[in-house]
Amino acid sequence: MTQNGWGQIALFCVIVLLLVRPLGGFLTRLYSGERTLLHPALAPVERGFYRLAGVRPEQDQSWLAYALAMLAFNLVGFLVVYAALRLQGALPLNPQGLAGLAPDLALNTAVSFVTNTNWQSYGGEATMSYGSQMWALTVQNFLSAATGMAVALAFVRGFARRSVQGVGNFWTDLTRSTLYVLLPACVVLALVYVALGVPQTLSSYVTAKTLEGADQTIALGPVASQLAIKMLGTNGGGFFNANSAHPFENPSALVNLIQMVSIFAIGAALTNVFGRIVGDERQGWAILGAMGALFLVGVGLVYWAEASGNPIHVALGLDPAGGAMEGKEVRFGVALSALFAVITTAASCGAVNAMHDSFSALGGLIPMINMQLGEVVIGGVGAGLYGVLLFAIVAVFVAGLMVGRTPEYVGKKIEAREVKLTMLALLCSPAATLIAVAVAAVSPLGLAGLQESGPHGFSEMLYATTSAAANNGSAFGGLTANSMFWNVTLAIGMMVGRFALIVPMLAVAGSLGGKKRLPPSSGAFPTDGGLFAGLLIGVILIVGGLTYFPALTLGPVADAFATAAGRTY
Amino acid sequence: MLAQLRPAIVLMALFTLLLGLAYPLAVTGVAQLAFPSAANGSMIERNGQLVGSALIGQAFASPRYFHGRPSAAGQNGYDASSSSGSNLGPTSKALAERIAGDVAKARSEDGLAGPVPADLVTASASGLDPDISPASAQAQAARVARERGLSEPQVRALVDRTVQKRLFGLIGEPRVNVLALNLALDELK
Repeated sequence: MTQNGWGQIALFCVIVLLLVRPLGGFLTRLYSGERTLLHPALAPVERGFYRLAGVRPEQDQSWLAYALAMLAFNLVGFLVVYAALRLQGALPLNPQGLAGLAPDLALNTAVSFVTNTNWQSYGGEATMSYGSQMWALTVQNFLSAATGMAVALAFVRGFARRSVQGVGNFWTDLTRSTLYVLLPACVVLALVYVALGVPQTLSSYVTAKTLEGADQTIALGPVASQLAIKMLGTNGGGFFNANSAHPFENPSALVNLIQMVSIFAIGAALTNVFGRIVGDERQGWAILGAMGALFLVGVGLVYWAEASGNPIHVALGLDPAGGAMEGKEVRFGVALSALFAVITTAASCGAVNAMHDSFSALGGLIPMINMQLGEVVIGGVGAGLYGVLLFAIVAVFVAGLMVGRTPEYVGKKIEAREVKLTMLALLCSPAATLIAVAVAAVSPLGLAGLQESGPHGFSEMLYATTSAAANNGSAFGGLTANSMFWNVTLAIGMMVGRFALIVPMLAVAGSLGGKKRLPPSSGAFPTDGGLFAGLLIGVILIVGGLTYFPALTLGPVADAFATAAGRTY
Repeated sequence: MLAQLRPAIVLMALFTLLLGLAYPLAVTGVAQLAFPSAANGSMIERNGQLVGSALIGQAFASPRYFHGRPSAAGQNGYDASSSSGSNLGPTSKALAERIAGDVAKARSEDGLAGPVPADLVTASASGLDPDISPASAQAQAARVARERGLSEPQVRALVDRTVQKRLFGLIGEPRVNVLALNLALDELK
């Protein structure tokens, strides 16, 4: 570890922190229906969309209507993507003449992009036409992110409102998130990316004659427009197979910095939106503080593990000063590769600038734990906030048990119904992860995809089912996942991890919204300070630790002991 | 659910037109006008011949050139239409054997005695890494000088001139673009 490495990590943290309040203020004004700077240009578009779609923007929906609207929209999105991918060969903007996708791969990919996962069983440049990247994948990158923001907002309203049945209007939350936040930001980001070297063209791949006289075919495409939303929407699906490790998708450390900030910007700001909407910004800072502590511990551990170098390879004559460079790019080195890996799994992004499969055992363990804790360290846009608020409900419930009072959170009584629904939401993802990996581990179809034998092979499968159920999308890429078994198994995991969490969570919002808001009293457990942040961290770690410890022991923990003993498989 | 179908279908159609066509096409148009070189892949020509992209690594095997990192892209490495890392794990026997072979090769070709720079014998994440570390470039300088009949200080000075430093002395890692270095090498007389 070097001073420079820590300096770069500190720079990233400072930039994100500086963005929290301005962006949080903007989002709060937008969602409260106030006019923003962008309204003169975009408000007519917004009104036109509502008129054509028959949406009455001021109409409040019950939690159930909100959930059904969300499900209907995602179902339509799934069908569009599935059809576009199956018919790819017959659709335009396909200069390489790539064929339509097989049914299981199209199913997996459509579910993947609709659920904001962006798991990729395919390699982009060899599978997806420019057209598919644009009208199937880029569109869902926007809309799945906007869905997450909408749902998070509905949840926050449950806390803020008093004795009302509605949680907001899904169509306006979705449309405003897309038109006023994601689209304008992406237009700017995409052009900045091009200026810094990311291609944006519809011309076909070109063939160069290398200095040694060989032919090198270089894949191109409309990369920058997809890259901008892929990071800002915490989607993470790469234009190219190598994702943000590809020199076209991440040409320099400066582009890398912008990408990392993009992943965290909206998720971090949403904690501030929460604080503002419930009327006390400190509530937001307490949550962000808990997230920040977990984040820094993760970064420190991965950076240390990767900077130390692999003892097996050092014994073969590798200079340990360079760190563990297998699967990493020289322009990022170990510090930025470790930082990116923690960011992308703390948020539900899943873009990578280094290959996690080649990380050390500990370096791969932390990203896995980040996802297994529910991606509540900043988290995906929207998903991170509602995920951490579910844990906050459990935390005040635990605190209530300890002192023998009915728990309250930001003025709302937390009662049996809310706690039951919260636990239901929190248990879906672990169930999907662990059942799927157990089935895969005893099935020849599951084992057929493995590249590694020994404990690391189990890690490859555990990482895959974890990533799917957590809607992350990053992978231990040694696993060949483009088979019927893995495509279908992971598609189920992605759907459970997304919708089986959102629906009970919206039910909690509806239930909370119907309650009175209590005035702050001296007997209530304060949730705006360090004590609550500490308790929240404890609950997150205990729930995650107890759930996943046995599985982690079989994979990365055993792998760490094997590495220390110099054992290879 | 049925009541939600009309807004679901209409909004999906409108957003597909806006986000899937208008947005990427508008960005493409502006990018092609404002940044034509970058938008088309930062291609490099020499004597009117396209020799590669400034951002994409290519294979070098001849002892007269500086070599890049091992590559897992495509069948033979550096396939820029099939980017990929090796994805071999920390306890992989195949990886340990590959590294041992590359260490032995670097030691015999370049006469290295001590530890070998890590990036020179490890595969990159993309398989298309255009860069090596300054240490990896200097480790090859003696061989390249010998093969080309140049003086070693001359080649080392060229490497030093080609090093790209950290942005503002802080961001990124110092690196040497192998294609740029080899193009400059061909210009040396």
